[in-house]
Amino acid sequence: MSEHIVSRKLYVAIGTTLLVLTATTVGIAFINLGPFNTIVALSIATAKALLVILFFMHVKYTSEKMTRVVIVAAVFWLLLLLALSMADYGTRLWH
Amino acid sequence: MHDSSAAVETHSPALRHHFADMEQQRDAASLGMWLFLSTEIMFFGGLFCAYLIYRYLHFNDFAAASQTLDIRLGAINTGVLILSSLTVALAVHAAQKGQRKPLVGYLLATLVLGLVFLGIKGVEYADKFEHHHVPGPSFHFESVPVKGHAEMPPAESSHAELFFSLYFAMTGMHALHMIIGIGLFSVLTFFAWKGRYTPEYNTPIENAGLYWHFVDIIWIYLFPLLYLISRHH
Repeated sequence: MSEHIVSRKLYVAIGTTLLVLTATTVGIAFINLGPFNTIVALSIATAKALLVILFFMHVKYTSEKMTRVVIVAAVFWLLLLLALSMADYGTRLWH
Repeated sequence: MHDSSAAVETHSPALRHHFADMEQQRDAASLGMWLFLSTEIMFFGGLFCAYLIYRYLHFNDFAAASQTLDIRLGAINTGVLILSSLTVALAVHAAQKGQRKPLVGYLLATLVLGLVFLGIKGVEYADKFEHHHVPGPSFHFESVPVKGHAEMPPAESSHAELFFSLYFAMTGMHALHMIIGIGLFSVLTFFAWKGRYTPEYNTPIENAGLYWHFVDIIWIYLFPLLYLISRHH
């Protein structure tokens, strides 16, 4: 089992996709979609982050399962922090 | 005698003795780096959480303050950072292939792109100072009706100041990470030039690359949150 070497072509393709997604998200920001502006912008950001993590950071090719456990755990705790905080502040005005 | 010398030769000189093989050594180094990055996710997570809470509480003030940011400079900087992530990925590729000159070239390109990012950020910060948008005694924010929000009360200066406090905290911490990254990559460039990194041993390049990509991901979220999502509502 030797190290997986990602081809230069794939790196350039991922980089180009990231630039295209950036242009897309900037373009969409100027169109009024109401609350969907936020949803679309954060979805595109998440797609970009996933591309970086999987390909640039080689997570798609790692054989070490513990690395994936660490990443999933970190993201899970982050979502817990955000979700519980917003559940608190979002419901304070309810009567 | 012949057998034992053959066994020694199959050993890469870069392999530390407490690892079974090179793959395990690489995986362990990468796992350690990811553990460090998970603490960084927690660190920036707190800032993101504070931003979301205050944006929720002072929605129109944050929208008005966000609309003063230069979306063009932010977009250019996003592109610059993505290009720098690409040059880092290509540097890792060159290190794995043992190509010394391309490795040094990609590392230098990364340094240049990192400095361009900080330069553009500096221009943006200078603009904030000029417009008194830096939190503190001289802070001043025109109480204007929020664009696209005629029905909402005009933005309050003290709440807009909160936006700029978070703006400086988040982009400032991000910029600090960039400066540390540039320091790391300067050292790597020097050793790469000396020919230290080989297809067997390139862990510092790989791990510094993970760090750089992580800092890129932070910006990938900062850009829409600070610049984009309040353009319309």
